[in-house]
Amino acid sequence: MSTSAAEFRPSVLKRALRSGGLLFGIALVVVMIVAAIAAPWLAPHDPNAQDVLLVLTPPDAAHLFGTDAFGRDVLSRVLWGARISLYVGFVSTLAGVIIGTAIGVVAGYYGGIVDRLVVAATDVLLSFPQLIMGLLLVAVLGASLGNLIIAIAVTAIPAFVRLARGSTLTMRERDFVDACRTLGFSDLRIMFLHVLPNILDEIVVMASLWLASAIRTEATLAFIGLSVPPPTATWGGIVREGFDNLLDAPWMSIFPSLAILAVMIGLNLVGDGLRDATDPKGAP
Amino acid sequence: MSTEPAATAPLSVEGLTTSILVGTTWYDAVRDISFHVRPKETLALVGESGCGKSLTALSVMGLLPPAAVRVTSGRIVVDGVDMTAADEPTREAMRGDRIGMIFQEPMTSLNPVLPIGFQVGEALMRHRGFTRRQARERARELLELVRVPAAAERLDAYPHQFSGGMRQRVMIALALACGPRVLIADEPTTALDVTIQAQVLALMADLQEKEGLALLLITHNLGVVASVADRVMVMYGGDVVESGPVHAFFARPTHPYSEALLAAMPRIEGDLPLQPIPGQVPSLTEMPVGCRFQTRCPIRDERCAVLPPMTTVAGDPDHRVRCWARVEA
Repeated sequence: MSTSAAEFRPSVLKRALRSGGLLFGIALVVVMIVAAIAAPWLAPHDPNAQDVLLVLTPPDAAHLFGTDAFGRDVLSRVLWGARISLYVGFVSTLAGVIIGTAIGVVAGYYGGIVDRLVVAATDVLLSFPQLIMGLLLVAVLGASLGNLIIAIAVTAIPAFVRLARGSTLTMRERDFVDACRTLGFSDLRIMFLHVLPNILDEIVVMASLWLASAIRTEATLAFIGLSVPPPTATWGGIVREGFDNLLDAPWMSIFPSLAILAVMIGLNLVGDGLRDATDPKGAP
Repeated sequence: MSTEPAATAPLSVEGLTTSILVGTTWYDAVRDISFHVRPKETLALVGESGCGKSLTALSVMGLLPPAAVRVTSGRIVVDGVDMTAADEPTREAMRGDRIGMIFQEPMTSLNPVLPIGFQVGEALMRHRGFTRRQARERARELLELVRVPAAAERLDAYPHQFSGGMRQRVMIALALACGPRVLIADEPTTALDVTIQAQVLALMADLQEKEGLALLLITHNLGVVASVADRVMVMYGGDVVESGPVHAFFARPTHPYSEALLAAMPRIEGDLPLQPIPGQVPSLTEMPVGCRFQTRCPIRDERCAVLPPMTTVAGDPDHRVRCWARVEA
C-alpha cells in the first residue's frame, strides 16, 4: 500500500522546479503583484488627473501607453487598476476557498442528510454560469468594492465545496482516520488537523486556477459597468472606456487587455504546473 | 493465575450483544459474550473472518458505526467506567487515554502528511494538556521505548520513511502514549513478515509486563496464540464456543470448531495434509437457530437446534465449551 500522495512528496519540489512553465507563470504573477503594490511609486502620473490638451495621445515617451479621452495616462491607470483587479481576485478567491473547503470537509466527513443538502445546494449554484451568478449578485447588492468581492466569492464557494467534499469522502475511509478515533480525537480535530492537510494540495491547485477565473469575472463585470464606479481605474473599466474610441485610439483597450491576458496566462501556468508536480501519476 | 475478582479487572465484559441492521431487521452479530482481562494478562480472541472478533473490539472501544450497528444489551467496563452507559464525550475521553487500540495495517494507519513525532505525542496534547514541546520530548521517549532506532532524529520523519515493522512500533507508541490500562490489538502482526512478527510480539509482551497492561489480542493465527496468550476465547458466528487457559486449550481442544481450527493449522512435524473446514460462516441473515456451527459440524444431531450452554471440560472450571456432544455427565 504505497499509493498515498505523500509517498511522492520529496520529489514534488524537484519536479516543480524542473517545469519551466510553472517558473515562468510564477515570475509573471509576481511581477504583476509587485507592480500593483508599487503602483503609487511606479505610476508616472496621477491616474485620475485629466489634461484636455493631451486627449487621445498615442503612446510616446511621456505616456508609454498613451492617454485616454480625458487625457489621463493609461499606463498609470493600468498600474492602479491592477490594485483593484488583483485585490478583488485574491480576497474573493481566498474567501471562497476557506468557506467552500470548510463546508465541503464537514459535509464529506459526516455524510448523511447534511451532505445531501449541501450537494443539492451546490448543484443548484453550479448550474448558473459563474458570470451570470456574479452579475445577478452585484445587480441585487449594488456595485461597490465589498459587494463585488462577496459576489465573486459566492461563485467560487460551490466549486470548492464539491472538491473538498469528494476528497474528504475518500480520506474518511482511510485507516488513519479510524486510528484517530481510537485515540479519542474529536471530529473537529480529525477533520481539520488530519483530513485537511491531506487534501490541501488539490485545493491549492484549484485555487490558483480559480484566482484567474475570479480576476476575469471582475474584469467582465467592470466591462459592463458593474464594478467599482468610475473614475476609479479597474482593468475591465479601462477596456470599456477605450471602446468608444477603439478605431482611433486602440491603445486604450489593448494595454489593459494585455495586462489581463498576462495574469491569466501566469495563473494558469502556475495551476497546471502545480497540478503536474503534485500528481503522483505524472512522476517521470 | 491472579485471584483478582473479574469486577475490578481493567476490562470486563458482561453479556455483550451487538446487533447489525440489515434492511429493517436487527441481527445479533455478537451474542451474549462475557470475559474479563486482568493486568499483565493476554486474552486471545480467535476465529475466522466474520465471527464477530473485530465487532467485539469496536463495541468495547465504543466506535460502532452509529446508524447500522449497536450494542443491544450487556455491560462493558473499562478501568471502572461503564462504556455502554457513558455518553459520547466520556467515551471519547477514555479512548487513547485509558484504552488503546492498534490495527492490522501499519502501512495505512498513520497520517501520511504529518511528522511521526507529532503523531506520537498528539494524544498527550489531547488528553493530558501537554504543550507541543512537552509532547515532542515524550514522543522521543516513547519511540525509544518501542525500540525505534535513532528516535531523536526520526521525530521529524514522515511515515513513508518507515518500514512496516517500524510503523507498527510507532502505532504501539501512539496507543501507549497516555499509559492506558487496556490495549486491544486487532491482528497486529498479520501484515508483517514472520521475523518482524516475532519482534513485534516480543516487544508487546515486554511492554505489557512493564506497564501492567491488560491485552485483548484478536487473531486468527493459532501460532501467535500459543506463543503469547494466557487465555483463549474461540468465537464462531458471534458466539463464544470455547474458552480456557492456553495450555488446557491446546492440550484438549474440545469444541468441534476448535478441533477443526487446529487441524487446519500448518505443522512442521508429521506429513498429514492440512484439513480445511468445509463451507463458510453463514451470512448473518441465514444463521441457523441454536448452535451456529451446526451447518459445518461433523457431529451435529437434533439437539443442536437449541443453543447449548457453556459447560466445563474435564472438571476444569476455567476451561469451558459450548457443545451438546461435549457435555460431561
